[in-house]
Amino acid sequence: MAAAQKYMQVSVWRGDEATGALEEFDVPAQESQTILDVVSWIQQNADATLAYRYACRVGMCGSCAMMVNGKPRWTCRTHVKKVLGDNGRLTIEPLRNLPVIKDLATDMTEFFDKWIAAEGVFHPTKTRYDEIEGIDPESSVRVEANAAIECINCAVCYAACDVVSANPDYFGPAALNRAWSLVNDTRDGGQAARLEAVSSNGGCHNCHSQQGCSTFCPNELNPTLSIAGLKRETVTSLFRRRS
Amino acid sequence: MLDLRLYMLQRVTAIVMGPLVIGHIILIVYAIRGGISAEEILSRTQGSLWWGLYYGTFVLAVSVHAAIGLRVITSEMLGLRGVGLSVLTWGSFAVLLVMGARAVYAVTAA
Amino acid sequence: MIRPHRAHPLWLAFLLHRISGLGLALFLPAHFYVLSLALTRPASLDGFLHWTENPLLKVSEFGLVFLLAVHMFGGLRLLALEFLPWSPRQKTFAAAAAVASAFIASIFFISAVA
Repeated sequence: MAAAQKYMQVSVWRGDEATGALEEFDVPAQESQTILDVVSWIQQNADATLAYRYACRVGMCGSCAMMVNGKPRWTCRTHVKKVLGDNGRLTIEPLRNLPVIKDLATDMTEFFDKWIAAEGVFHPTKTRYDEIEGIDPESSVRVEANAAIECINCAVCYAACDVVSANPDYFGPAALNRAWSLVNDTRDGGQAARLEAVSSNGGCHNCHSQQGCSTFCPNELNPTLSIAGLKRETVTSLFRRRS
Repeated sequence: MLDLRLYMLQRVTAIVMGPLVIGHIILIVYAIRGGISAEEILSRTQGSLWWGLYYGTFVLAVSVHAAIGLRVITSEMLGLRGVGLSVLTWGSFAVLLVMGARAVYAVTAA
Repeated sequence: MIRPHRAHPLWLAFLLHRISGLGLALFLPAHFYVLSLALTRPASLDGFLHWTENPLLKVSEFGLVFLLAVHMFGGLRLLALEFLPWSPRQKTFAAAAAVASAFIASIFFISAVA
């Protein structure tokens, strides 16, 4: 028989932004346990009205990100042991920089709207009747694109970014990272519009290279690098247009 | 806040000021050895076209660079937007440029 | 108190760049005013320069030289990040900028008090 069950104190955000507050729960500690396991335990055993979002549980869908002890994390693949403070406490809050619907669920509408505003959208140049375009996997643009494509839209970078909190127009790291991967897509026909979009008021030039996005991206992408690429590309396109 | 035009101005003035700042620091360390006096400074700079050009360029670049920097800081930290933000940008540019030009004139005019 | 999501070296490098830039921008009008005294009231300029011999002023000047150097080196780091091929050694560069600036400010300080 195992030793007496240990519990940990978990503070969970309840309610919306304006009227919400942290609520304490005692959650049984397990040997191997993710933050999402903790949240699910609370919802299943302590308070069925707890609102939160998840789907795949294996780090693919990007729906379960939350602030854990003040840092943005993908909760399904964040082990409690890794993030538990010295005081053995856990604080779980909704993602920063997004409106809170209820408890741990944020409204991600603006996150995805900015994705489109930054022209993070593919503009096809061929129809189904054309030959499939061959892309050399070794080509420099494809290598650049490769580095940016594994984004799961979890908004961890968006929550980590202080430029997003300071400037509501700013598209944020994920949308600009997506725009950069499309700049390197030779099949795309919308480059001029994209460079204009990422040069607008909410565009890449607002980035201060604080690199919170790269620090916290669970897939170890580097949006700062992508944004630097956009800055370079917009500057060189300026000279190209003139000549 | 920062569009491509302001971003370019910020980076170009930064690149221009890189060597100017290094020269300025070297000059400071050189000038202060054994105390500093108005006479010593002015004897070096007065009537010198080169110092006038050096610090004239410096003042122009720093006025643009600092005005854009102050614009970003006030918009991000105080939430200033629109006309108010433009007034602040142009205003800080004008104040720095006028005061800086006066200072350069004061120490280099013969 | 630095909030947890900001507790990483490159955010601190950003903070240092912002504080140094703001500090320099606020210092400049005073700097320009004092120099323009050479034209209007040369005696006041000399009086002011004697006043800066005060040890406390030397310490503040050490701070100013540090702000100038750290803003320049930090700016060079950002220009390299944006316009040169990406280097994974961002934290090293940020630390080097701070150390080099402290070194330069110290040379100034030693030269000023010697």
